[in-house]
Amino acid sequence: MKVLVAVKRVPDPETTIRVKSDGSGIETDNIKYVINPFDEIALEEALRIKEKLGSGEVILVSIGVKAVREQLRTGLAMGADRAISVGCDQELDSLCVARILAKIVEQESPEIVLMGKQAIDDDANQAGQMLAALLGWPQATFASEVELSDDQQSVKVTREVDGGLETVGFALPGIITSDLRLNEPRYASLPGIMKARKKEIKEIAAADLGVDITPRLTVQTLEPPTKKEGGKKVETVAELITLLHDEAKVI
Amino acid sequence: MGNILVFAEIQKGGLPKSSLITIQAGKEAASKLGGDVLVAVLGSDIEAATQEAAGYGAAKVLAVSDAALEHYLADAYAAALEQLVQANQVTMLVATSTAIGKDLLPRVAARLGVGMASDVVEFNDDGTLQRPMYAGNTVATVALADDIKVVSVRSTAFDAAQPGGQSAVEQTSVSLDADATKMQFVSFNETQSDRPNLTEASIVVSGGRGLKSGENFTTYLEPLVDELSAAMGASRAAVDAGFVPNDLQVGQTGKVVAPDLYIAVGISGAIQHLAGMKDSKIIVAVNKDPDAPIFNVADYGLVADLFKAVPELTEAVKKAKA
Repeated sequence: MKVLVAVKRVPDPETTIRVKSDGSGIETDNIKYVINPFDEIALEEALRIKEKLGSGEVILVSIGVKAVREQLRTGLAMGADRAISVGCDQELDSLCVARILAKIVEQESPEIVLMGKQAIDDDANQAGQMLAALLGWPQATFASEVELSDDQQSVKVTREVDGGLETVGFALPGIITSDLRLNEPRYASLPGIMKARKKEIKEIAAADLGVDITPRLTVQTLEPPTKKEGGKKVETVAELITLLHDEAKVI
Repeated sequence: MGNILVFAEIQKGGLPKSSLITIQAGKEAASKLGGDVLVAVLGSDIEAATQEAAGYGAAKVLAVSDAALEHYLADAYAAALEQLVQANQVTMLVATSTAIGKDLLPRVAARLGVGMASDVVEFNDDGTLQRPMYAGNTVATVALADDIKVVSVRSTAFDAAQPGGQSAVEQTSVSLDADATKMQFVSFNETQSDRPNLTEASIVVSGGRGLKSGENFTTYLEPLVDELSAAMGASRAAVDAGFVPNDLQVGQTGKVVAPDLYIAVGISGAIQHLAGMKDSKIIVAVNKDPDAPIFNVADYGLVADLFKAVPELTEAVKKAKA
């Protein structure tokens, strides 16, 4: 079983995001970058699939600036077998990302592609579904449980949908995007970190893949959201209840 | 400008509020950009939903009844919707960012070979769109370059359409081949809980690391949650500490909520948590640390020991209701 996991380099969710004064983007000085948390869950699931089967290969892929190697190295330390770094310095939209990933899938022929349901920077929630469409593969987004059949030919995926949990099934290959409840990702162990140094990161230039990577969605400006006025401090529970009842009228 | 096609989701045979929001968003887009609003209703037994959809003043309802569309499945629905877009001079496709909308629209966009904007909160007069990025820490103005624009809208940003005006109904069909029907529906387990859904509740009470243990969630927080008929949430810190399961997490990596009333108990207010709740109408914070950042976003802040204040609050709510 070959599993391809797509990971994105994003600002740490604990980082304060500040918009540049000219609105052209966010301030990137002093930002710590991490693997997109949902992608980390996807990687954990891929590793568990491999461990359960006792065989297979987990391949990481990331697209972007050279520094994505840091996140790939982290993923290798968690246990992925090898990585592909697709170099690209320009802004990409989800369709471009899906087109690049479709090329990598063509080259690697994985049975499963796993990735996070969305990246926490652009919050698009599109790439997995778009990749599935381009490949003509089935998709299971927002996965909270993945159950591989005994013959490894098909999968049942439980999905977090509005009002409950839905289960869909399909024959592989297919795309699965992870939601929060799927698992708790492991930390890289010290031996894992040591081993990761020797693992391969293959470099490919996005421009050499022969796909159209002109973004169709462009961000023109960014603004900070309207700031909330600072509120009132109250002294007692009684005072709080009175305000909620008489002023805010919420209870 | 061509037509604006609105995808109306069906739930239990009828249109849920989210579909009325989608129709309203389509109307707002049409009023700014021109074009007629068409409503797509897909399923296997859709007579009632079609009639319902025809009552909101759209130019036309496109009804597609097909056994392969009995359950929502991304591959078949995306193929069907793509065909409707192609056959009806559609220049914009709109759905609401529900679980189905989020799952479906990017697949349709990629089939069409066009870009997509997610979670749009406003259609600008010049054709650009407003959408949040970085978990609501920024609002972006974005442009779609394609002739067909695919847009999902955030449900909290638009009202539900009001009934009025009869639409023409066109029964139409699509062709779904083996490639479009690889997925199978297995089951749906509706959440059985007396508490409302976290993302739909009008009141949310969340606990943080300040609760100190999972037992304290049960002892201190749950009575308040139930007294207010609220949904229960938690900060990432509380989830990471193992107090409560991950599906209660409110924040950038959890659920994004915007209830009428959000009560944060023992939550310091890390950025990652604020991203998931700061659009709530009224925010109450209970924390013993007067400098906790949660007080910067709270409308009402109570600096107090939660183990004393929360039971008092529960009692006070009980009395206020009586």
